[in-house]
Amino acid sequence: MRVLYTWVCIAITVCAAAAGDVFLALAMRRIGDLGELRKQHGFRAVLGRVLGSSALFCGIFFMAVAFFSNLVGLSWADLTLMGPASAALTFVTNALGAKLFLHENVDRRRWIATIFVCLGVLLLTRS
Amino acid sequence: MTLRKYLVLLAVVAFGATGDTFLARGMKQVGSIDVQHLPYLLHALLNPWVFVGIFCLLGFMWSYMTALSFADLTFVLPATAVGYVVMALLGRFWLHEHISPLRWLGIALIVGGVGLVAGGPSRTEHPGDSSSEGGQ
Repeated sequence: MRVLYTWVCIAITVCAAAAGDVFLALAMRRIGDLGELRKQHGFRAVLGRVLGSSALFCGIFFMAVAFFSNLVGLSWADLTLMGPASAALTFVTNALGAKLFLHENVDRRRWIATIFVCLGVLLLTRS
Repeated sequence: MTLRKYLVLLAVVAFGATGDTFLARGMKQVGSIDVQHLPYLLHALLNPWVFVGIFCLLGFMWSYMTALSFADLTFVLPATAVGYVVMALLGRFWLHEHISPLRWLGIALIVGGVGLVAGGPSRTEHPGDSSSEGGQ
């Protein structure tokens, strides 16, 4: 039963983290380079633009769901299983999300890398 | 990519790996949490290791947001993949978790895969983006 709970936690963590990352990336793309923004307009302007982004708060909400799911998972499984498994699977779902929703250039090199990551996750979880 | 941007990526790795490790150590002290007792999670926030872990993850969040402001999501995640190695080393030597040779191979594959991605451009240009900088 504990194995099932662990994998449910990993699935929830992966989906919520991917949604959070996509929303966060969308928000930061709209806001622009924080370093350049701070140089030109100061820290207060950066804070104002960051806190005024609704996509950012959607991202933070999904990241909070992923965080608590990860916390529960860590109480059942080793960090060396929970950490890489959820993070690597999140990488795959992120690549899909980034291509579909953010229209990022996910080329052949990036898909090959995704297969590498999947194999890595299989090895991590089956050993 | 400027030195500042590399330092931001390094901060993502450092805060992410240490935050997860502190959380893992704290949750081992707190013990298993049953599905029927999920509110006990709030009690776990009082554990000092969990608290420090959350502080590190706030640092991770800020550096991660900064990285996403100048690079693609599918660039930032691979570029910070070295965090898996740091996490595995912390798990092995600090938490005394066992890592079999196959797990090490898995970690190597993940890092190799994401390293492939990091060789490409850091930003996909879109008309109307706030940030106009691209390339590596």
